[in-house]
Amino acid sequence: MNKLQALLENNPVVLADGAMGTMLFEAGLQFGDPPEVWNMSHPDQVRAIHRGYLESGSLINLTNTFGGSRFRLSMHNLQAKAPDLNRTAAVILRAEVEAAGTGALVAGDIGPSGEIMAPLGTLEYADAVDGFAEQAAALVAGGVDVIWIETMSALEEIGAAFEGVRRASADIPVITTMTFDTRGRTMMGVTPEQAYKFLAGLGAAAVGGNCGNGPNELLAVVQRMRAVASPDAVLVAKSNAGMPKLVHGKAVYECPPSEMADYSREVRAAGARIIGGCCGSTPAHLKAMAEALAA
Amino acid sequence: MSDELDYSNIETPELIQQIHDDLYDGLVAEVTAAVNELLSRKLTPYDVLTRALVGGMDIVGVDFRDGILFVPEVLMAAKAMKAGMVILRPLLAETGAPQIGTMVIGTVKGDIHDIGKNLVAMMMEGAGFKVVNLGINNDADKFINAIKEHQPDIIGMSALLTTTMPYMDVIIKTLKEQGLRDKLIVLVGGAPLNAAFAEEIEADAYCRDAAVAVETAKKLIAIRRGNM
Repeated sequence: MNKLQALLENNPVVLADGAMGTMLFEAGLQFGDPPEVWNMSHPDQVRAIHRGYLESGSLINLTNTFGGSRFRLSMHNLQAKAPDLNRTAAVILRAEVEAAGTGALVAGDIGPSGEIMAPLGTLEYADAVDGFAEQAAALVAGGVDVIWIETMSALEEIGAAFEGVRRASADIPVITTMTFDTRGRTMMGVTPEQAYKFLAGLGAAAVGGNCGNGPNELLAVVQRMRAVASPDAVLVAKSNAGMPKLVHGKAVYECPPSEMADYSREVRAAGARIIGGCCGSTPAHLKAMAEALAA
Repeated sequence: MSDELDYSNIETPELIQQIHDDLYDGLVAEVTAAVNELLSRKLTPYDVLTRALVGGMDIVGVDFRDGILFVPEVLMAAKAMKAGMVILRPLLAETGAPQIGTMVIGTVKGDIHDIGKNLVAMMMEGAGFKVVNLGINNDADKFINAIKEHQPDIIGMSALLTTTMPYMDVIIKTLKEQGLRDKLIVLVGGAPLNAAFAEEIEADAYCRDAAVAVETAKKLIAIRRGNM
């Protein structure tokens, strides 16, 4: 039994963490700077965010590597740093998890390339696999317990990422979530049912949705996946704290912790077993969710 | 294959309809052959552009707006549209055909997300606009320089991040300082935006998706030119 299976065996519902990117901007990350660089330049700030989520009760925590693939880093001419930034991200999160001593897992975060796959776009499948494999290998070398592929919109790309992870490790558990923010589908038109079947077919340990327009959207995703999933399938919901509004020149997300607490109970009732937050959620949101799920 | 693409026996109105269907299905070779056939019948390049290609992309845009088509289908249609434009563009320039309009578009400073913005650029080209695509991470100076160089009717700004969308406000303020704001239609878009945000920063419109951007651009240009 791997660590993720053990965690799920001992907990009917597992809390995953909240946002990293929006927290880093709060901490002073500037326009245009890649968040992953902070794993090396500002490790204390990154660790403080991890610590906040661990203290809120999060049991699956994601490394600060959403844009850590060579594809995303190349936009800043930092592609050569991909292995170092990813490995370091895993090492600093591992240190916080060990310090917390709650038995939380370290999940290596892999986000989308930001490109469109050929033939529609320019990213060739084999190149995508290579890039994701490089990122996954560095995360595995840094000691992650699971890989979490997130915010994907194309099946071809999440398939390439999965294959890349498998090249780096034959047996590490892989959690996969896509973003269903366009009329109940992903931007590329993938339905929750199609996503579930495809990802379960690849052998994902858990499947679901993350990011998007807010809790109601994720609730529908979980319901639709539940309807086609096998009874023992592990479904995932990691929602934004609603949509942002601009207040005095700053982005403020619309869902307070109490609404995220309601959401966590709703998606649990719909059949999600791994529940967390995405953009705009904070340790305070996570704490409210932990309390709601414990009640 | 060449037999299939012999359109010489199809009447012109049906052939235009055929182009609409072929664009919808993203068929590059078919659109290319049909455009050449229409040109050989002495339709003006401008007629081929507006009646066949723009007419066809309008249908794609409506179905994208209504959630019948998604990004992959629109990208396929845009590729077919581009193939037609490769033939038409030099002919349009030669014949001095009227310009539908020019747009300068870019993702604002700090933001490197450009899939949505590129989709808008492609759909705008599909609607016959000349599009100057500045790419990602553009500060106010880059927008100003491009406006001075290309004299656009429209500027389009995109942001995917809540942390970068406030920079649109900076760009609009700079346009005002330089006396350029009133000459331009300013459209904004991106996942975290909404109409209230567009109003707050005094953009002309928020466009929810690429299809809405094209509709809005056409409408506002028509108003500006006194056609509505």
